[in-house]
Amino acid sequence: MKNQTRSLGIVAKQTVSNLSTILTTIIIIVADLLLGYFAFRLARLGYIPLMIVIILIMLLISYAFLAPKARHLRWMAVGLSAWLLFSIFPILFTIYNGFTNYGDGHLISKAQALDQLEKQTYLPETGASYEWVAYRSADNDYLLWIKDQQGESQIVRRVDAEVEEYTWEVVPGERGIGALDAEGAPETIEGYERLNKIKASTDENLTQIRFGNPDNPVQIRSSSEAGEVVPRYDYDPETGVVTDLQTGTAYYEQEGTWVSRDGSVLIPGFNAVVGFDNFVEFATSPGLRGPLVTIAVWNFIFATMSLLLTFAVGLLISIIYGDPNFKGKKLLRSLLLIPYTIPSLITILIWRGMLNPQLGIINRMLESALGISPDWFNVPGLARMAILIVNMWLGYPYWMLVTSGALQSIPSDLYEAAEVDGANGWQRFWRITLPLLLVSVGPLMIASFIFNFNNFNLIYVFINGGPPIPTATTTAGYTDIIISYVYNLAFASGRGVQYGYASAISVVLFILIAVMSLAQFRFTNMWEEVSENV
Amino acid sequence: MSKSRVETKKPMSLTKKRRIGLVLRWILAAFLIIFSIFPIIWIFSASIDPVNNLATQKLIPDNAGIGNFTELVSNPIFPFFTWMWNSIKISTITTLLTLTLTTMAAFAFSRFRFAGRQTLLKAILLIQSFPNLLAIVALFTISKQIGDVFAAVGLNTHAGLILVYLGGAMGMNIWLMKGYMDTIPRDIDESAHVDGANDWQVFTRLILPLLRPILTVIGILSFIGTYGEFIIARTLLTKRELQTVMVGLQIFTSGQYTQNWGVFAAGALIASLPIMIIYLVVQDLIVGGLTQGAVKG
Repeated sequence: MKNQTRSLGIVAKQTVSNLSTILTTIIIIVADLLLGYFAFRLARLGYIPLMIVIILIMLLISYAFLAPKARHLRWMAVGLSAWLLFSIFPILFTIYNGFTNYGDGHLISKAQALDQLEKQTYLPETGASYEWVAYRSADNDYLLWIKDQQGESQIVRRVDAEVEEYTWEVVPGERGIGALDAEGAPETIEGYERLNKIKASTDENLTQIRFGNPDNPVQIRSSSEAGEVVPRYDYDPETGVVTDLQTGTAYYEQEGTWVSRDGSVLIPGFNAVVGFDNFVEFATSPGLRGPLVTIAVWNFIFATMSLLLTFAVGLLISIIYGDPNFKGKKLLRSLLLIPYTIPSLITILIWRGMLNPQLGIINRMLESALGISPDWFNVPGLARMAILIVNMWLGYPYWMLVTSGALQSIPSDLYEAAEVDGANGWQRFWRITLPLLLVSVGPLMIASFIFNFNNFNLIYVFINGGPPIPTATTTAGYTDIIISYVYNLAFASGRGVQYGYASAISVVLFILIAVMSLAQFRFTNMWEEVSENV
Repeated sequence: MSKSRVETKKPMSLTKKRRIGLVLRWILAAFLIIFSIFPIIWIFSASIDPVNNLATQKLIPDNAGIGNFTELVSNPIFPFFTWMWNSIKISTITTLLTLTLTTMAAFAFSRFRFAGRQTLLKAILLIQSFPNLLAIVALFTISKQIGDVFAAVGLNTHAGLILVYLGGAMGMNIWLMKGYMDTIPRDIDESAHVDGANDWQVFTRLILPLLRPILTVIGILSFIGTYGEFIIARTLLTKRELQTVMVGLQIFTSGQYTQNWGVFAAGALIASLPIMIIYLVVQDLIVGGLTQGAVKG
């Protein structure tokens, strides 16, 4: 009896599991179709790298859910997909950008750049020529009558007019065309005034306008002659040389830029790999290297000082108020925690208002009490000091919380033994409290250092890295740290957007952060933890 | 703690010294309290000060009123409550999805043994230590390219922004969660397996209910982090009515903010409230999470 129900149960379970396998398969096929269609559309738009990532995600999901061996992957397939798409891929993308000239003037692909160049035209001084007569309407629309050397004549409309027919045949009586003169040009066109030579030569717009079929436009060359507009640039796919037909200058392709022998450059260039150029330029160009050195040095000072200040204040508070007999401890902690409970962006903005050199409350108070008014925003040393004060305010509650917990885990018999040996309070702190504390909170100190090393919000929101470094050729300020400098380089540089440069520094920063993080992981014994629980 | 030890040894002789120490400590405490809450008091006073100007704002305003708050409701170029709603919506959805993704992945890392497990765990941790701000051009480009095919998840959509946030969900959270799961004995799930339960049932019926404390910590930290993020949100969302409250406040102060200080203050106060409340209610829980390695974002 019991056996029977059990075997029935197994049968039922197998049916369910078969059903769920079928269901899973159907869902995965649908997901694959969607992702495949997505990849296909991306490929059509030319977004090949993203297409590859989407295909990888498609393979990952199919493998995870269809291969029996990969049951562990089912639990993380979606998370890993998001991770691949928005963590790994952007990093690889950034590294790649660091080796390209991506930025203003080089934002588009070679095909797009050639496309733009092909669209540029000019009016040659010789070549097919026409006689012309112009007509103007009251609202400044123009028509042009032209006659070629074979005597064929037509009326052409503006290239930029939104009409179906750009050319009209010259038939009197149709479309308001009146009688023709000796040359064959209409004496009148309804709604338009025929311009005589004087009126035509004083009309400012007339010589700028292109008439006729957009593919093959005509432009007025002189008072007696109109000519055909022709493409300005000729591209030779075999040599890669672009020739300016108007001037005869040849431009040679060089890492995404077309350069002539005398050094002039065609706009636009295109996005191309330039090797280590970005890195080399940062190392050698004084206008770029100078600020980067200043910024990097300040970056380390800022992170170190921030850590020391917040840690010292936090630790001081937990030592002084760690006494369990101290009344109001809980209230005090809640009050001192307040800086931590407000989104940092908001508190930085508040501090920016308070420290405003002309209008802020702090300078108004200092002015009336001491007669001084420090210019926190424009004097480099003061700006850096202000940043450190604000960061101390933002960060000490964290260390207050962390150290008060860590202090309690230091065994009290250590202190008793020390006292028996005659150690005073100062010695006890330096010989017992601090070393033991550093062991337990060391990894958090590294984490905090890394956090401050990249504390973009504070630097950017407070005064956007200011005051500016005068010798810099890019947007760089005395309180800038590397990450805010990179951001400004990418988006707000005086020389236009410089994604290539910005990415090159990002790569260096990636390496720095990786080294610091690895140090942190070693300290935390995190690597070991992985194997312990196996 | 060092103090309590001193007391037990020589309680009587130190009474006077202790009293002086106590007074000194309260003086220091008063100074610290002023330092830590002065900006808050000041912004509160600015929010009820009808002067609405940074230069002339007083600590104790004349004719205090709620004028700045009503201005906040009615100002059409400053759709504050739309921004608040956007922020809360984005943070909530991001948090829920982050919890789902990380809990499931952590379950696999904690319960299954497979090739590449340690490498993957290390990689996740290392990759997360790179600030995604550094890859912001790439994030923008990817989001734009996705949007060129599916506009609903591209630039200028909340779904697109949430997707970018989810890319960073795998990280420290998985470690915290996995560490917590490792403390749940595996005997529990083994006996359940013997009784015929499959992985999914073990996960939902046995493990998940035990995870409530760590879920709360990660959820709250994730909510706070997303709520406070502004630079990616600002880059990916350029339409005013789509922006989050942090972006809105930051943009607001980049204009003529000194003449609109009161309105900004009112907005800043309201925007801080959700997070402040969360912190003060679940203080102890968060402290535990923080000391395990999370740094405020």
